[in-house]
Amino acid sequence: MTTTSLTTSRGAGRAGDKVFSAATLAAGCLILAVLFGVALFLVIQALPALVASPDKIQGGEGFFAYIWPIVIGTLIAAAIALVIATPVAIGVALFISHFAPRKLASGLGYVIDLLAAIPSVVYGAWGAAFLAKEISPAYNWLASNLGWLPIFQGPASATGKTILTAGIVLSVMILPIITSLTREIFLQTPKLHEEAALALGATRWEMIKMAVLPFGRPGIVSAVMLGLGRALGETMAVALVLSSGALTASLIQSGNQTIAAEIALNFPEAGGLKVNTLIAAGLVLFVITLGVNMIARWVITRHKEFSGAN
Amino acid sequence: MSKRIDVKDLNVYYSKFLAVEDVNISIEPKSVTAFIGPSGCGKSTFLRTLNRMHEVIPGARVEGEVLLDGDNLYGPGVDPVTVRAQIGMVFQRPNPFPTMSIRDNVLAGVKLNNQKMSKGEADALVERSLRGANLWNEVKDRLAKPGSGLSGGQQQRLCIARAIAVEPQVILMDEPCSALDPISTLAIEDLINELKDDYTVVIVTHNMQQAARVSNKTAFFNIAGTGKPGRLIEYGDTHTIFSNPSVKATEDYVSGRFG
Repeated sequence: MTTTSLTTSRGAGRAGDKVFSAATLAAGCLILAVLFGVALFLVIQALPALVASPDKIQGGEGFFAYIWPIVIGTLIAAAIALVIATPVAIGVALFISHFAPRKLASGLGYVIDLLAAIPSVVYGAWGAAFLAKEISPAYNWLASNLGWLPIFQGPASATGKTILTAGIVLSVMILPIITSLTREIFLQTPKLHEEAALALGATRWEMIKMAVLPFGRPGIVSAVMLGLGRALGETMAVALVLSSGALTASLIQSGNQTIAAEIALNFPEAGGLKVNTLIAAGLVLFVITLGVNMIARWVITRHKEFSGAN
Repeated sequence: MSKRIDVKDLNVYYSKFLAVEDVNISIEPKSVTAFIGPSGCGKSTFLRTLNRMHEVIPGARVEGEVLLDGDNLYGPGVDPVTVRAQIGMVFQRPNPFPTMSIRDNVLAGVKLNNQKMSKGEADALVERSLRGANLWNEVKDRLAKPGSGLSGGQQQRLCIARAIAVEPQVILMDEPCSALDPISTLAIEDLINELKDDYTVVIVTHNMQQAARVSNKTAFFNIAGTGKPGRLIEYGDTHTIFSNPSVKATEDYVSGRFG
C-alpha cells in the first residue's frame, strides 16, 4: 500500500525538530525564571526597608523621602546622556551607512564598536581626571551667561564634577551601542524604497527623511532604549565623576546622585536595614527600567501598521 | 507636458565595465516606446540613464548625451535631483513607502518641492492622480491606510499615481508588470495607453506581447555574449519590428527562437 507512506515519518528529522523546540522553550523559560528570581529577591530583601518606621531609614524621613531625589538624579543623568548621544549616534550611523566612502565607513564603524569595549571604570577615570577639569570653564561661562535658567544656576562647581559632566560621560558610553544598532538598521533599508525616493527627485537628505528614518524608526527606538538602559544602570563612571549631594536643579553645581552610584558607594559599609534600603533602591531602578522598556514597546507597536513589516 | 528624448552616442559604464555601447535613439513625445531584449542586454541599465538613476550605483557613469527637448541631462551644472523630478520612474517591484498612508504616498514627490499647498489643493491633487492611475475608486475610502496594505497591482498603480502627481515630462517604467498577475497587468497596460495622451512613456519589458500591445515604437537590445556590452540592434515602429524586422537577430527574438 502506498498510503502508509503518508503516515510514517522520517524519524531523524522529527527528533531534530523536537530537540530544537525543546531547547528554545527551555531558553525562553530560563530567561523568565531568571527575571522572576531577580524580581523576587529584590522584593523580599527590600520589604523590611519599605515597611520600616520612617526614622530608621537614612535621613530619618522614610524610604520615599530617601529614594525620590536619587530617582530624579538618575533620570536627569540618563536624560542628559540620551539628549546628547541620540542625535550624535544617529548622525554618525547615517554618515557610515549612507554618506561615507566605503573604506572610511568600515574603519569608522570599527572605531565606534571599539568604544563599546572600553571598561566603564576607564570612562569614569577619564571623566573625573580629565573632562571635569577641562569643562569647568564652560560651566563658569554657562553660569554667568545663562545663569537665569534654573538648570545653569551658579556658582558653577570649581571641580567640574557635576551631574552634567556625568551625563556627558554617560553619553560617550552609550554612543557606540546606539550607533552600532542604528547603523545596522539603516543598512537594512530596502534599496527599493531608497530608489523610490530618489526617483521622485529627492536629495540624499530628503531620501533619508522619506525612506531611511521612517523605516528604521522602531529600530531607533529600541537602540535608544538599550542605551537608556545602560545609562540608567551605569555605576562606576557616575560614582567616579559625580561629586554627589542633595537634589539640586542646577546641572553645573555639585550635587544630585543616581541610584546605581548610591548603591555602589554605600553597599560595602552597609549593614542591617541599610542593606535592605539599598536593595529597595535597586528594586526601584528595576521598576524604572521595566517601565521605560514597556513605554518603548508601546511606542513601537503603536505604528505597527505603518512599519513596513506587512 | 511631454518632451522628446534624443540620445546621442551613449556609452554606459559600471566602473571599467562597458555595459551598454553606442546607443543612438530618438523617443517621441506623447507615445509609448518599448525596450525589449533578453536578460542582461542592458535595457534596464539604459532606461536608468534617462533619469540619471543609474548613478545611485557606485562607479556607474556615462559618456555621450541625453537631450530632453534639446537640453543635455549630462551637461555641466545639471543637477540629477532636478532631472529626476522631471522624469518620473516606476520600478519592477511596486515600492510605495510602507511608512506612509496612501494619501501621503501620492503627495510624497510634491512635498519635496516645498510647495505650500492647502489641504483642499492637496486633496484635489490626490484625487486627480489616483484617478489618473485608475485607482481612485478602489482606495477613496481608505486614503489614510498604509499603502503597503494594497494588492501588488494596486501598489503598482499607486506608484504610478505618485509619479504622475509631480507632473513629469516623461515616465519611465522598468518592467512594471513583471511582479503582477494577468488581471493587474491588464489594468496597468490600459493605464499606459491612457498615459500616452499626456506623457512620453518609456517601458522596459520582458514580455514581447506586452510590447506589441502597448507601444508605438519598439527598440530591440541584445548582447553578443556574456561580458560583452549591450547594444541597440533595431528601433522602429512596433508593427514593423514584430512583423517585418530588418535584422536577423530581431526576427529570431520576436519569433521566439531565443531569449
